[in-house]
Amino acid sequence: MTAAIQFVIDVLSLGGAYALMALGLVIVYGILRLVNFAYGELIMAAGYTLYLVSASPLPWLVMAVLAVGAAVVTGIATDYVAFRPVRAKSVTAVLITSFAFSTLLQNAAQLLISPRPRSIPLPEMFSDTVTLFGVVTPARNLITIAAAAVLLTLFTLAMRRTVLGIAMRAAATHFTMARMLGVPANLVISTAFAISGLLAGTVALLWLGRIGTVVPRVGLEPLLIAFIATVIGGMRSLEGAVLGGFLLAFIDTALNYSLPQDLLKFRDAFTFSLVILILLWRPAGLVRGPATGQRT
Amino acid sequence: MALAVEALEVRYGGIRAVRGVDIEVGDGEVVALLGANGAGKSSTLLAIAGAIRPYAGRVRLDGRDVTGSIPERMVRAGVAMVPETRDVFSDLTVEENLRLGAYVRRRDRAGVEADRAAMFALFPRLAERAEQTAGTLSGGEQQMLVIARAMMSRPRLLLLDEPSLGLAPTIVEQIFAMIARLAATGLSILLVEQNVGKALAVADRAYVMRLGRIAAAGPARELAAAADLKEHYLGG
Repeated sequence: MTAAIQFVIDVLSLGGAYALMALGLVIVYGILRLVNFAYGELIMAAGYTLYLVSASPLPWLVMAVLAVGAAVVTGIATDYVAFRPVRAKSVTAVLITSFAFSTLLQNAAQLLISPRPRSIPLPEMFSDTVTLFGVVTPARNLITIAAAAVLLTLFTLAMRRTVLGIAMRAAATHFTMARMLGVPANLVISTAFAISGLLAGTVALLWLGRIGTVVPRVGLEPLLIAFIATVIGGMRSLEGAVLGGFLLAFIDTALNYSLPQDLLKFRDAFTFSLVILILLWRPAGLVRGPATGQRT
Repeated sequence: MALAVEALEVRYGGIRAVRGVDIEVGDGEVVALLGANGAGKSSTLLAIAGAIRPYAGRVRLDGRDVTGSIPERMVRAGVAMVPETRDVFSDLTVEENLRLGAYVRRRDRAGVEADRAAMFALFPRLAERAEQTAGTLSGGEQQMLVIARAMMSRPRLLLLDEPSLGLAPTIVEQIFAMIARLAATGLSILLVEQNVGKALAVADRAYVMRLGRIAAAGPARELAAAADLKEHYLGG
């Protein structure tokens, strides 16, 4: 029984982080039909901001807000630097500029800070453990679950109840039609990048909280996870991204629990094999997006 | 003069879809734009709405040059577009679709609420289905929704592209009755249609397009009386 509870907590906490990562990627993809390859650097930006303010006497929560803010600003900067100038011209150009911006940010971190890991400040509650239903688990797992629940709820409410949220869902279905109703294209796109940054920044706190350090290439793994989760869930659907995140976490955790010790280092190979099977069964992902829509 | 289009040209790569078209729509006037498939009617409408950039020519609203404006600016200027593809947001509810139609005047809550009530009174079918997603509506209901959604921005000029396309005859009757009622409120309408009889019955004037050019123009009644109109210009 305790093993089952442990398993559920592990899946939910890992899945919460994965779901937020995936949602941050798909919110931009849904509207622009373009993968933001500089997405991982939003997490990096938040991590280095934590490192840079670590010497200050600020309370951790303020540092955390600054870090998330840095991710939001970097997100919006991605739009202005990598997307907006070439968006209307060519898909290939945007792919290349978003790769370039990603590399630029990584190299800047290497050059200006250090290629070696830098430790980030973490509050004590991240290293505490708590006992829940007789299971001893790190408090940060529960924090991750709570943060994911709060953010997913807020996100859902914002997308359903606010005019801008409805406009963003509409723009994801049919961008030109939304514009012909007066929805400003640039506002919708900038908002998508800001939300992407908000989600990535929050994930950064939770994700880097597991490792305790930040390196220039720290964003690569979250980008990969987010990408795989959205591909499983369906690139066209916000719900799909969340579902994909939790499913990927379930697969990872189940393999962690069941694989013998000497096979564990090949876990990713098993994970990807399962992902391939899922995609053979459902090539468009688990959740289909709205039927219409073209790239802008 | 509400709308004046002068020497409008639209090109897709090397293809000249619209080759110098002049159209005028007066205040409160209903003007039909007729023609066979591929005559350039939809391209003309999309260029007026700002969805595609004209290659040459001018679009003026009340004398002001708005050529090549972005779509969101055209809505603010009072031009609402109903494309032939209908383009309801299928995973949004009917209510959300209408709310989005009022995006440019979303701060005027009382006015938006009143207009929505007016649209529901005009299209009772939509009121019944307010909470359903638009994708679950029939073709006729979707057409009613996109017209109602366009009206939510309180346009002075409505661009309607083939509202009767693919709909059953009884539904087509209803749609044209709605267009007549909207026209009676003083709204200017530029109507693209293949249903020549219905369009000429509701319009004041009409233009006939052929191969990207205006081939004939005149009062709707005169064009309707010209027996050879169909075979000459509409490809039978």
